[in-house]
Amino acid sequence: MPIIQAFWAIIRRDLLLAFRRRAEMANPLFFFVLVVALFPLAVGAQPNLLRAMAPGVIWVSALLAALLSLDGLFRSDFEDGSLEQMLLSPHALSILVLGKIIAHWLVTGLPLLLVAPLLAVFLGLPEQAMGTLWLTLILATPLLSLIGAIGVALTVGLRRGGMLLSLLVLPLYVPVLIFASGAVDRAASGLPVNAQLNILLAMLLSALVLVPLPTAAALKMSVN
Amino acid sequence: MSWIPAPVSRFFHRTSSPPYFYALADRFIPWLTVIFLVLLGAGLYGGLYLAPTDYQQGDSYRIIYIHVPAAWMSLFIYVLMAVMGGIALIWRMKLAEVMLISSAPIGAGFTFVALVTGSLWGKPMWGTWWVWDARLTSELILLFLYMGVISLYGAIEEKRAAARAVSILALVGVVNIPIIHYSVQWWNTLHQGPTVSKMDKPSIHVSMLVPLLLMAVAFKFYYLIAVLQAAKLELLKRETSSQWVKALLEKQA
Amino acid sequence: MSWESFLYMGGYAIYVWPAYGVTALVLVVNIVLPVLQRKQLLRELTIKQKRSQAR
Repeated sequence: MPIIQAFWAIIRRDLLLAFRRRAEMANPLFFFVLVVALFPLAVGAQPNLLRAMAPGVIWVSALLAALLSLDGLFRSDFEDGSLEQMLLSPHALSILVLGKIIAHWLVTGLPLLLVAPLLAVFLGLPEQAMGTLWLTLILATPLLSLIGAIGVALTVGLRRGGMLLSLLVLPLYVPVLIFASGAVDRAASGLPVNAQLNILLAMLLSALVLVPLPTAAALKMSVN
Repeated sequence: MSWIPAPVSRFFHRTSSPPYFYALADRFIPWLTVIFLVLLGAGLYGGLYLAPTDYQQGDSYRIIYIHVPAAWMSLFIYVLMAVMGGIALIWRMKLAEVMLISSAPIGAGFTFVALVTGSLWGKPMWGTWWVWDARLTSELILLFLYMGVISLYGAIEEKRAAARAVSILALVGVVNIPIIHYSVQWWNTLHQGPTVSKMDKPSIHVSMLVPLLLMAVAFKFYYLIAVLQAAKLELLKRETSSQWVKALLEKQA
Repeated sequence: MSWESFLYMGGYAIYVWPAYGVTALVLVVNIVLPVLQRKQLLRELTIKQKRSQAR
C-alpha cells in the first residue's frame, strides 16, 4: 500500500471510529460553550466588560477544550495495541501520525467553528470581528492539535498523564493564544489583522512540517 | 561519524565513560570553585561597592548584577539542554542524557532567581511587585518549560526512556522559545503597560558594566560546578550495580 | 563609605538585600542538595555491599 493510501486510510479509520461514538464527539463543544458561559457569571454581566474580554475568553476556552480532547488522540490506540501496529508498519510513522492529528482536528477542532457565532453573541463581540474569529479558529485550532500531539505522544505511556500533559503543552500554546486573540481583538476595534493571520498561517505551515517528527519519536519512546 | 576527526571522537568516548567522567569531575570541581569564588568576589565588590549610584534609580539598580546574569543563564542553560538532547537522541550518549537532566533544576533555579529579583527590582521602579512586562512574562513561561522538563523526567519510571522523552521536549521547547519571546514582545507593545524602559540599559557606564560581566562569567562557572555535582549524583543513581561504582565504594571504605 | 550606609543601600536595602539573599539561597541549595543526596546514596550502597559480602 503506498504511503498516500495509508495516510487516507488512517484518517478514514479514525473518523469512522469517532463517528461510532457520536456522543463523545459533542463533549469538547459542550465544554467550550460551558466555559465561556461561566465568565459572565463570574465577572458580572456588564456588556462593556464582556465585549472587551470576549476575544480572550473565547480563545482561552477554545484552548482548554482542545487540551481536554487531546488525550483521546493516541490513548485508545495505545491501549488496544494498534499504535504498536502502526510502529511496525513499513510506512514512515510521521506521515501516519500526521493523518491521526488531522483526523483528530476534524473531529474536535473543526466543530468549534459551529458554536463560535453563538459565543460571540453571548459575549457581545461586534459583528465585524466574526469573520476574523472564524479565520483564527480555522488557522489556530489545527495548531493546537499539532502542538498538543507532541505532548500526548510524550505522556501516553503514563497512567496519570493528564495534568502533566497540560503542564507540557500550555506554555507552548502561548504564541497561538497571543496572536489568535490579538487578531480578534483588533478586528473588534476595526483594525487590520493581516499580520496576525499571516503569522498564524506561517506557524501552521511550519508546524505541519515539523511536528510529526518529534511526535513520531516520542511515540516510539512511549511504546517501548 | 566519519566527519569527526578520530582523536576528537576518541576523546569524547573516553570522557563520556562514566567512571572517567566521575573522576574528572572530582578533579575539576575544586579549581572551578576557586575561579567562581574569585569572580564572584570581584563582581560583588565592583557591583555593590565600587560602581557609582545610578542617578535615576538610586541604589536599587544594583539588583541588575544578579537579575540580568540570572536571566542570561536561564536561557543559556535551556539552549544547552536542547543541544545535549540532540546529542543524546542522535548518538545515544548516556552522558549527554545525564548532563541534560542535571542541568534542568539549575536552569529552573536561575529562572526563579530572575523572576524574584525582577519583581524585587520592579517594586521600587513600578510601584508593584509584578507587571506583565515582556521580559518577566517570557521568563515566567520559561519557568513553566523547565517545570515541564523536570516533571516529565520524574513521571517516567524507566530512566533511559525518560531521558529520551526529555530530550525531545527540550528540542521542541528550544524551537518555541524564540516564537514565544517575540509573541510576548508583540503582545506587550500592543497592551502597553507601565513603562519598561527603566529596566533596559541603554548606555551603561564601564564601572557598572565590568561587574555585570564578571557576575555573568561567575554564574557560568557556578553552573559548571552545580551541573557536575548533579551529574555525579545522577551517574551513581543510574549505575548502582556497575563495576566502577563497586570499586569506588571499596576505595572509600 | 561606612558599613551602615553600605547596608542602607540608599534606602533600597529592603529590595536589594532580599534579592541577593534569594539568589544565594537558590545557588547554595542547587549545590548542597545533590552533594548530600550523593553522600546518602554512597552510604546506602556501602551498607548494601557489606551485607552482600558478609553473606
